[in-house]
Amino acid sequence: MLEKTWVFRLLGPKGWSGLALFACLALVAVPFFNLAFPEGHALYLSTHWVTLIGKIMCYAIVALAMDLVWGYTGILSLGHGVFFALGGYAMGMYLMRAIDPAGLPPFMVFLDWQSLPWFWQGTQHFLYAIFLVVFVPGLLAFLFGFFAFRSRIKGVYFSIITQAMTLAAMLLFFRNETGFGGNNGFTGFQSILGHSITAPETRVVLFALTALTLIFFLLLGRYIVTSRLGRVLMAIRDAESRVMFSGYDPLPYKLFIWTLSAVICAIAGALFVPQVGIINPGEMSPANSIEIAIWVAVGGRGTLVGPLIGAGVINGVKSWFTVSFPEYWLYVLGFIFILVTLFLPRGIAGLAGRFAKEQKA
Amino acid sequence: MLRSSFSLFSLPTFVFRLAVVWLLFCFSLGAEARPDAGQLTALAAGDNDAKIAALQQLAAQAETDALPVLEALQDDALYLFGQSVLIARADGGAVDALTDEVLAELPADAENITINNRVRGALAVTLAAIRLASNHASTRLEAIEALRANPDAALLPLLDRAWAKEENASIRKRIEITRAMMRLQDTDRAVRLEAIQTLGQTSDPANRQLLEPLLAKDAAGMDPELRAAAQKAVTQINNRLARGEILGGIFSGLSLGSILLLAALGLAVIYGLMGVINMAHGELIMIGAYATYVTQTLVRGHAPGWFDWYPLLALPVSFLAAALVGIAMERLVIRHLYGRPLETLLATWGISLILIQTVRTFFGAQNVAVENPAWLSGGIEIYSNLILPYNRIAIIVFAAAVVLAVALLLARSRMGLFVRAVTQNRPMARCMGVPTGRVDALTFGLGAGIAGLAGSALSQIGNVGPELGQGYIVDSFMVVVLGGVGQIAGAVYAALGLGVLSKFIEGFAGAVLAKIAILLMIIAFIQKRPQGIFALKGRFAEQ
Repeated sequence: MLEKTWVFRLLGPKGWSGLALFACLALVAVPFFNLAFPEGHALYLSTHWVTLIGKIMCYAIVALAMDLVWGYTGILSLGHGVFFALGGYAMGMYLMRAIDPAGLPPFMVFLDWQSLPWFWQGTQHFLYAIFLVVFVPGLLAFLFGFFAFRSRIKGVYFSIITQAMTLAAMLLFFRNETGFGGNNGFTGFQSILGHSITAPETRVVLFALTALTLIFFLLLGRYIVTSRLGRVLMAIRDAESRVMFSGYDPLPYKLFIWTLSAVICAIAGALFVPQVGIINPGEMSPANSIEIAIWVAVGGRGTLVGPLIGAGVINGVKSWFTVSFPEYWLYVLGFIFILVTLFLPRGIAGLAGRFAKEQKA
Repeated sequence: MLRSSFSLFSLPTFVFRLAVVWLLFCFSLGAEARPDAGQLTALAAGDNDAKIAALQQLAAQAETDALPVLEALQDDALYLFGQSVLIARADGGAVDALTDEVLAELPADAENITINNRVRGALAVTLAAIRLASNHASTRLEAIEALRANPDAALLPLLDRAWAKEENASIRKRIEITRAMMRLQDTDRAVRLEAIQTLGQTSDPANRQLLEPLLAKDAAGMDPELRAAAQKAVTQINNRLARGEILGGIFSGLSLGSILLLAALGLAVIYGLMGVINMAHGELIMIGAYATYVTQTLVRGHAPGWFDWYPLLALPVSFLAAALVGIAMERLVIRHLYGRPLETLLATWGISLILIQTVRTFFGAQNVAVENPAWLSGGIEIYSNLILPYNRIAIIVFAAAVVLAVALLLARSRMGLFVRAVTQNRPMARCMGVPTGRVDALTFGLGAGIAGLAGSALSQIGNVGPELGQGYIVDSFMVVVLGGVGQIAGAVYAALGLGVLSKFIEGFAGAVLAKIAILLMIIAFIQKRPQGIFALKGRFAEQ
């Protein structure tokens, strides 16, 4: 009875309780331990940790977006970093304007510019910035996807072309003349909507917002992959030609999920920038985008929880390694890429599933 | 051991110096071997006009013995001490310019002779004039270039003499041009006309600048015929410069195209055969470059005499190094991922990370220096704005040779037959008894080896560092996309076309926008022809 309702179509009883536990932790426990105790207290959760976990949750949202296109539709994007960065840049434009609403952003003063470029107009309004966060990456993804899918570019062809896209965008943003701060990007933010950006309260609010966004997109993702649309997507992944022979045109399906994925990425980027305090063209480097794929691969493609775990594990290990043994991190990452593709094709989630089955048997 | 500066005033020395001065004076009446006392005094103690007069005199004499004094003057190493002129030496000592007497130490109260820019200009001309009489062609070449930058009509007789003596054709040509520059304002109309015509044969914007004032209506001593000649000369120079620019663009485009071709050829062969993209392809290029670096270091250490020929040894070494790494990759990893091209892409990316970090561990994160051998440095000057460097020419030739070799291998050998068979239809080839596993491994080795050769070539024109290969995967794949899969001819056309096109766009839009424009064009292109310029023909359906 209850199992038949749409609520349990999304998640099973265990899933819902897990999600509730996560929500409690992120929305109640973290703010409580961060704000209620003074610094140095045994139960105090430092702001450093809040920022780090918030950052990793942003990455988890990106991994979720990637899983929708790669895990469920079979489109491997090596350029998702560009959507993430564009969302971040759009939010960054607002934050840069907030430093000095009447004047120019500091880097423009430094470059001796006299007036705002046209695409900066209106960015002092928060809501317009949020619109840009969704609209610009969405439009780019739509146009790129339309032309790529229409000419039936797929597989490694598509992957490399997305990599070329992010590479081109990175080179473009590295130029000072492009108008986004060149090499240094945006940094030195001070306030968001009138609140100091470094205040613990602001950080906790941003953290909670990130957690809520993650939960929302997880549920949205579940809704999509359990719908009829989701079945077509998986059919496209498994045998695109047969889908076409069955009378479906894959273009709108692929285009929809691709654009949605880009927008989710962009929103993650917009949440990422105020927490981390910097956005620069390095986020668009091909290496960053391809790392997203490995989060998904490690967690397990074709499950929605897997990529979240993958993003958490890899980024946790990364922040530990790059501090403790920086020269070995690339070896570790390299071997993760090789070993996971060779021996763990279904990732951690697949491993857990197999383990559960053996328990039952 | 410090010698007291008082010894300068000891009586015997003084007498000796007097005698030398006298001797020199007598001698100077005959052949002017070196600056005489009067000239030296003028140079050292005279006012600027006197200095310039002395310099002009010396320039007209053009005797190499005057060089030490003049060079010292140029380097601010000339000192006045009482009546004598001293040349400071690097070791703290000094030489008397007139007597060649060596002092262990420059006297503390010697007065440094400084000159202003006007004198410095005259000095440069004088130095050039004297060097023009040198026995070394390279010195003469430098001298004539210096004079050309600063032509002074007073030196014409000197140039005439130098021209009559000169045997080196290229220096002779330069002297002619410089003479023409000096004669441009001659009073003799015929001389002027000839000078204008001579300058019209050149391709130097500086000459055009000299000619342009003559086009003005009120230019002194110009008649319509002269003006027409000047106009014609300017047009000729302009045409030549424009041609130089276009040819230069095409040349650098071809050179870039050859690099792209070398980088993409291996990728194209592998992709055509197995349908996988080797993301570590750039790192195989990097390994080739490092193999060249190691070869260079070994040759320099053990056989310095053969250093000039190390690139020839480096080619097989880098081919083998990259090929071995490639075969190891194929056997250990890629073989297990057949039929899963996207996973192959991720796994090879992991390999590339490991290769980069390994190279960093062994060779450091800094760039290493790979030197050009003598025969690859320098270039051919065609126009003043078109110089073809030998290393770029060598790369174009090398790329052509590699393509030819690979094409022959694929078209004529038994191995090539197998490769083509597997490329066209893998299951059918296997049915016919082609050992596909071995073909895959060897082809992967071949593709990797070509990447190694590309790295060896690249090391001659750019920096060699751990990140060398990172930029090449996208560019190489663009070549494959454009050229069509499994086609060497396609790769050649695509690489050269992309090279020339991107250099052409770079000319007015800059490198970054050129890259973006090229990318957009490729996306537009595959709308029309998803299979590339040359598609394999045959009955074939996916899945």
